Amino acid sequence: MKGTNLGEFEELVLLTIAALMEEAYSVSICDEIEKVSGREVKLSVVHAVLNRLEKKGFVNSHLGEPTSERGGRRKRFFTVTHAGKVALTKIKEQRDQLWSVIPEFKLNFI
Amino acid sequence: MNNKSIQPPKWANRLLEWYCKPSLLEDLQGDLYEYFERDLKEKGKRRARINYTVNVLKFFKPYTIKKLEILDQLTQFIMFKNYFKTSLRSIARNKLFSAINVFGLAVSMSVCLLMISIYTEISDYDRFHQDVNNLYRINNFQQYMESEPNRFASTSLYLGKRMKEDVPGIGAITLLRRNAGGDATVGENTFPISAIYADEGFFDVLTFSLIRGNKSTALLEPNSIVITDETAEKLFKGLDPLDQVLKLGKEDFKVTGVVEKPPFNSHMKFQALVSMATHEKRMNEEYEDSNWLNFSSMWMYYIYFRPEQGAAISDIQARLDIICDEENEKMEHTTITTTIQPITNIMTGPSNISNQIGSSMGREVLLILAGLSFIVILSAAFNYTNLSIARSLRRSKEVGIRKVVGAKKGQVFNQFIVEACIISIGSLIISYFLFFLLKPLFLTVNPNIQEIVKLETNASQLVYFLLFALIVGLVAGFLPAMFLSKLKAITVLKTDSNTKLFSRITLRKSLLVVQFTLSLMFIIAASIANKQFKYAMNYDLGFTTENVLNVQLEGNDAADIEAIFKRIPEVQEISRTSHVLSVGSTYGTQMFSEDKLDSGTVYYSSIDHKYIPMMEHRLLAGSNFPEKSAVEKEESIILNETALKKYNLGTPDEAIGKIVEFDDQDLMIIGVVEDFNNQTILSKIEPFAFRHNLSDTYVLSLKLSSNDIIVTRDKIKAEWDAFDSVHEFNGSFYKDNIERAYQEFSTLTTIIGFLAFLTICIASLGLLGMGVYTAETRLKEISIRKVLGATEGSLVKLLSKSFMLLLLLAAAIALPITYFLFDAVILVNQAYRAPIGVLELSVGVVIIFAIGFVTIGSQTWKAAKANPAQTLRSE
Repeated sequence: MKGTNLGEFEELVLLTIAALMEEAYSVSICDEIEKVSGREVKLSVVHAVLNRLEKKGFVNSHLGEPTSERGGRRKRFFTVTHAGKVALTKIKEQRDQLWSVIPEFKLNFI
Repeated sequence: MNNKSIQPPKWANRLLEWYCKPSLLEDLQGDLYEYFERDLKEKGKRRARINYTVNVLKFFKPYTIKKLEILDQLTQFIMFKNYFKTSLRSIARNKLFSAINVFGLAVSMSVCLLMISIYTEISDYDRFHQDVNNLYRINNFQQYMESEPNRFASTSLYLGKRMKEDVPGIGAITLLRRNAGGDATVGENTFPISAIYADEGFFDVLTFSLIRGNKSTALLEPNSIVITDETAEKLFKGLDPLDQVLKLGKEDFKVTGVVEKPPFNSHMKFQALVSMATHEKRMNEEYEDSNWLNFSSMWMYYIYFRPEQGAAISDIQARLDIICDEENEKMEHTTITTTIQPITNIMTGPSNISNQIGSSMGREVLLILAGLSFIVILSAAFNYTNLSIARSLRRSKEVGIRKVVGAKKGQVFNQFIVEACIISIGSLIISYFLFFLLKPLFLTVNPNIQEIVKLETNASQLVYFLLFALIVGLVAGFLPAMFLSKLKAITVLKTDSNTKLFSRITLRKSLLVVQFTLSLMFIIAASIANKQFKYAMNYDLGFTTENVLNVQLEGNDAADIEAIFKRIPEVQEISRTSHVLSVGSTYGTQMFSEDKLDSGTVYYSSIDHKYIPMMEHRLLAGSNFPEKSAVEKEESIILNETALKKYNLGTPDEAIGKIVEFDDQDLMIIGVVEDFNNQTILSKIEPFAFRHNLSDTYVLSLKLSSNDIIVTRDKIKAEWDAFDSVHEFNGSFYKDNIERAYQEFSTLTTIIGFLAFLTICIASLGLLGMGVYTAETRLKEISIRKVLGATEGSLVKLLSKSFMLLLLLAAAIALPITYFLFDAVILVNQAYRAPIGVLELSVGVVIIFAIGFVTIGSQTWKAAKANPAQTLRSE
């Protein structure tokens, strides 16, 4: 069902938004993900994900002040909503729970 | 820093703005800009622009695309009902203006409907042939020395045979020859039938369905004939015609097939097809030489063909050009070239093709008709535009309110377009009825028209009519709608009186001037055409045509007919001739000068010894032909002055007795006749000869002397009917023959006169509307002037002056244009013509001014007469 699950990339984007705090807008998100994960990220993909997250209610957006950059166009800043935070924590908890049951030696063989 | 000036591609931006949701657009575009600027620094201008474009395309995703504005469209749709209602109310409120608009549009649209139906019918011609776009005909160009080449639909049999043998890529080909007709007899039944010679390829090329008989063998053998089902019914009366014998002319033919009658929309019409082999056999028997098989014998034969699948027309043409070049080498003065004409182009193609096998309308005629009806409809559309803009003062408040309530510019625009379309569709309904009144009138303007078009209405035409009405609505409504939708709510609602704002005087005035210029041109054109017609009719041809009745012999023996006509006392004299002169048809042959060095075409007419005195041709020297019998050899000839000049035969007296080679025989000049117009007055007088060749006469000219020549004609007809029951009596007075020859003038006069009448009506209605409007809006001003002491006369002058100036301007434009058009373009090829006089030019001006004065004058007079107390009281 839509609205409950977070995909892998969605989670990454959502986390990045949380990490970037006030400075989270599409281009900076792209750059940050590229920096952290080292993988190349397309703006169009990120944009689509942001749109989806907003629809699911995990992020809010507002337009910033116009500047002389970007041809005078305003940026759209994203912030994580309460629902977003809940979803993130929930995932983290699930992961942690799974981590905790894995015996240590098994990992060594990977 | 100068990077700032480099911008992403404009069209990509525009594309983005077009498809992207407005809520997403701004920041998305910003993001793309940011990347663009980054790319600009790192990868350069070209790369950056490409990336930008790629990105714009990449973002074309379901979530970024604007939702189809269904809701918006729904509002539009709902609003239509409102537009409709407001329009109807506004139409109903301004009865006079609506009536002027609807009437003007209806009248002019009926003309256009006529044009549309003609056009659809003409372009439907020959479409019944299978794979019609792959069907062609050969046209010949014949050029004598350096003169203008003439184009002919006919070609030579020689070329047809060469095409069959030497030209690759021909899928199917048929050779035809015209004039195979004659009197067909079966038992007691005799009917004249029209027929063409056709060879065995006929049914492969053209789709005429053979009901009985074998397609490939029906036209193979000599003396085979294929008749149409209609002819079969007439001749055989229900018996099976196949393999029966019928007599055509003097020979017996075997009926080898029955073909369906050619449909009305076939350019080629026939009642029978005679096998080409018959013609070839006959020619071989009759002529020792084979001149008829020459490349230059190109007057009677036709080639229709279908190229093979995949064969290029240009290759075939190239091959034909080579054949022509080879043959032209052998000829001295003439050059013959060919061109390939698509069969669908025959009716709508160039109209200057001679020797047509059937009827042809011609592109020029269609274009002229289309142009004329366009002018008429334009005039009516101008009326609408003019009056609507003039009235826009009344509608401006409505527009203001609509805009305040939330209408967009486009919606206001739509509203007024809808209104115009309602008017135009209303006019269409009326014009459809007018169209039915107009149709029979048009069909009888010229007898030839009925042979070409039937003007039957069908469903697809109705669709065209409706489309046409919508287009007219759009065009007529465009300017007013544009103008009204641009109004700003605030200005319209704030200011109380804004007459100045809405007057658009220049536009309206120029539209009026155009209207009246066109009307004037029509009137002048009609009167010039009329004058030319009168001139041609009364032109002194150089001989008398009074009380002369020309009777076609229709294959009967001249002596027999002469004998029966002689019994009628009113018939004074009878003479024989080959054809009626001075009405356009010509016979020509080659004549060599005395020293045999110079040769050229001389037109001729074969006559008997009674013709010249009877027709009162003036002999300048020598004498008339002596009496002789039909079997005697031709020995003498009478030439005209032009022929003497061209062949350097000296003065008329000197020429007598000289021998010239004429049509391959040596003839002595025994007389010289004064020049007369042997063709029509459209062409110059050419060298002409009277021949004394009685076997070549097909017409009897009868000089009548009676008080009532019509009764005498009926008497003669009765005698004819008693003698020959097969052929209709075909006799007409010389005057009528001449009238028929210049029918184009009278047709032109009728059509243009009618259109002139329409455009004047429409333009005057427009003028009336403007007059009413001016008088209404200036009523207060007039009243105040009157109170202050202005006389009624001065007020009329004040109000009419500007309109009269417009008419004057229209006259100043129309007169020189029309004069030039006729003097230098239309009549330039006409050898003898009436000068364009002051009368023809001024008649139009007088009419226009009279009408203008009456319409404007009456309105201003009414306004000037109004009691100022009444108009000024209420404020």
